[in-house]
Amino acid sequence: MRLTTQSTTADVLIIGAGIVGSALAESCARRGLRVAILEKDIPAGGATAAGMGHLVVLDGNPAELALSNDGLQRWRTRQSQMPGAAEYTACGTLWVARSDAEMAEAERKRAQYAEHGLASEVVGSQALHELEPNLSPELPGALHVPNEAVIYPPVACHWLLQNAIALGATLYRNTHVVTVEDDGGVLLADGSVLRAERVVIAAGCQSVELLPDLPLVPRKGQLVITERYPQFVRHQLVELGYIQSAHDQSGDSVAFNVQPRATGQILIGSSRQYDDTSREIDWPLLSKMLARAFLFAPGLENLQGIRSWCGFRPATPDKLPLLGKAPGCERIWLATGHEGLGITTALASAELLAAMMAGEAPSLDPGPYDPSRFVYVKPMRSTTPPKVMQ
Amino acid sequence: MTVRLLFENQALEVQEGITLAAALAGTGPIGFRYSVSGEPRAAFCGMGTCFECRVTVDGIAHQRACQIIVRDGMEVRREG
Amino acid sequence: MKADIAVIGAGPGGLAAAAAALSCKRQVVLIDDNPGIGGQIWRGIPSIAGYSTMLNHPGLRYLPSARVVAAPAGGQLLLETPNGPIILRYARLIVATGAREFLFPFPGWTLPGVMGAGGLQAMVKSGMCVSGQRVVLAGTGPLLLAAADTLKRAGAEVSLIAEQAQGAALMRFAISLRSFPSKLKQAGHLLWSLRGTPYHPDSYVTSAFGHDRLHGVHVQSGSKPVKIHCDWLGVGYGLKPNTELLLTLGCAIDGDHAEVDDHLRTSVPEIYAAGESTGVGGLDKASLEGQLAGLAAAECAIAALPALIRQRDRHMRFAGLLTRHFALRPEIISQVTDNTIVCRCEDVTHGRLSTFGNWREAKLQTRCGMGPCQGRLCASACESLYGWRNTISRPPLQPAKLATLASATNP
Repeated sequence: MRLTTQSTTADVLIIGAGIVGSALAESCARRGLRVAILEKDIPAGGATAAGMGHLVVLDGNPAELALSNDGLQRWRTRQSQMPGAAEYTACGTLWVARSDAEMAEAERKRAQYAEHGLASEVVGSQALHELEPNLSPELPGALHVPNEAVIYPPVACHWLLQNAIALGATLYRNTHVVTVEDDGGVLLADGSVLRAERVVIAAGCQSVELLPDLPLVPRKGQLVITERYPQFVRHQLVELGYIQSAHDQSGDSVAFNVQPRATGQILIGSSRQYDDTSREIDWPLLSKMLARAFLFAPGLENLQGIRSWCGFRPATPDKLPLLGKAPGCERIWLATGHEGLGITTALASAELLAAMMAGEAPSLDPGPYDPSRFVYVKPMRSTTPPKVMQ
Repeated sequence: MTVRLLFENQALEVQEGITLAAALAGTGPIGFRYSVSGEPRAAFCGMGTCFECRVTVDGIAHQRACQIIVRDGMEVRREG
Repeated sequence: MKADIAVIGAGPGGLAAAAAALSCKRQVVLIDDNPGIGGQIWRGIPSIAGYSTMLNHPGLRYLPSARVVAAPAGGQLLLETPNGPIILRYARLIVATGAREFLFPFPGWTLPGVMGAGGLQAMVKSGMCVSGQRVVLAGTGPLLLAAADTLKRAGAEVSLIAEQAQGAALMRFAISLRSFPSKLKQAGHLLWSLRGTPYHPDSYVTSAFGHDRLHGVHVQSGSKPVKIHCDWLGVGYGLKPNTELLLTLGCAIDGDHAEVDDHLRTSVPEIYAAGESTGVGGLDKASLEGQLAGLAAAECAIAALPALIRQRDRHMRFAGLLTRHFALRPEIISQVTDNTIVCRCEDVTHGRLSTFGNWREAKLQTRCGMGPCQGRLCASACESLYGWRNTISRPPLQPAKLATLASATNP
């Protein structure tokens, strides 16, 4: 499709129709802004398709908690609007403990959540076994967070995109952006130029192709999904050590994270690697991830896995996303770097940014996510996370 | 020579050395499983590619019947 | 476990490859996912001439009911066997994984009682009783005749063989068979054996009907619609090579089969392909190529290779004939309605799939191809229906226990 050159195409140009870009498109369109979404490949084709689709509050730091909690509440409010194929499953979460120390951590979390209005309760071994008979009976207990859920992100993303389009947004497929300028212009691969008041880069890991200095590195994850075993697990299961794995600055790590899908299949994660950018499965790490899962739920060993895949989380040094104007820019904005919380925080990120763009008071303090919090040193070509100073 | 097995609690006497899919398809109860939308399904490709002949054998789910030789005392259940 | 030469597939190609490699004094591991040898064409045969003693050869390790799950590193395969997972390290690999039937959707195709044509033949060879039962075979290609013959010999009443190719195309194929006397002879035997069985060219299934089970079929026979009550319906449109393992190993694929040189080496140096993997060409091609690949991989009997290569050329020409004369007609494609299920694992209909422009998006939005068959069934149909090509192969190659997937700890 031939696009107009040298004229203002839209109020907002969003680069990337993943879940964050699509949510932002909807939020902007709702505010009456003219929105154009530019997608190079297929909507939801990046991390959105690869991840676990969990809606979960993480409390690694207050800003993370605030954004993920806000995001979770927004998804919860809208669950009845979502199509069935988005598979919103209100299964709740069990943060599983393996030791007394972790049980203490569970209690600390409970209190922390309570302060933010998120209901949870610590359950002991007996109650845990009743909730999840297939977990190892030796686990001392868990924190049960009943109001969390899982969704199927590709369909949820498609739904948000369709909403945006119904509100007047335009999706441009097969549209590859080559460069962005702070005058609001973007150059496409076919040589044409689009302009807007604001250009938002919501391209996940690929955002660095447009702004090479972004403090973003791809953090590889691997997943396995099983055949259908309905009721084998009933809740999203995460080990209390998960957050530490997520916040590690270097190296490979695994953490127990298992989910029931609406189909009855079981999705098993999680792993994180910095150095590997290949789309091939790293077998030793997959083995480690599965072995860890077997510790928590031994019965998993004999279930059949039917597919495995890799994905890349866009990770910033402090694991908080980049939401706001690109440093030193007036018209280039960023909506990326969500690491493993892209789905959970999509609606919250979108509303935060859209409010800022529309001159409204945002519902959350945007400070912690301000891209200018990093002073850029040009990142090295990849084996370690970029050096930044804060 | 025959072999006795149970399919959905019904005893079947079948020829030894044949596949479970051949045994189930030939002796009456035709559906092997129900699809995700509830349709009855049975063996289709005959060679382990289509997964339509999945049944639970001796408590283990999702076994392809066309690649299993019948065994005396086998307990087979439908899925889905 | 180690092997000089690992052979994947114990059909005619794999058996010939193993035999050739053994004759060169190599240590061979022969792997097949079925409980017995023979692949599809020699299914259910109690003893296969020429190979009955091979399984006892001291240089051979035969692993039945063993599935290749993944290739975790160069020169290695992860296998799932009834006795647990095995990491197999090989110096050379021969892929002889054969072909599967091209099964194309039509209204009613999911009814119990409807199978592939080769599928129905395989089930009979595996012991299914069809004595006195009515069968219709449809689709395309010489496999229909072979299947009909098997069914007739098993006591079934074959009411009709409906071949979609038109009379003129069949004549051209028959005439071109004169260059292949052995094929002509085979065809002659089959046609004699099937005398009295109605065989209609220019005919195809428009729908199957029944409640919970097949009761009959509608066939468009030339210009006439025909309704036939039957107990079994076998519909198949020829064969497609199984390329998943080749893709996983990084071997270049040409169209639908492995790209190989004269010695049947693929684009990956230590990996060879034989049989249907290099192009669907039937039993004789598979046996010849198995022998050629086995000798080439064993790097022995070099002097014998040129003659085998010359023989192979003839078989490749026959393979080309099959492709040219039995291509899917557009009428077959247009039988598919919006309600027809295309992905049987996830029950995704044509109506839903046809709204997408590419395979990956359709897959993500509908789950088509995400079921246990991993797209083996629907990918070919989607290629014919929508022009989508799927070349992504993700492990495991077949569903495997998580314990197996966890065992590739140190490839």
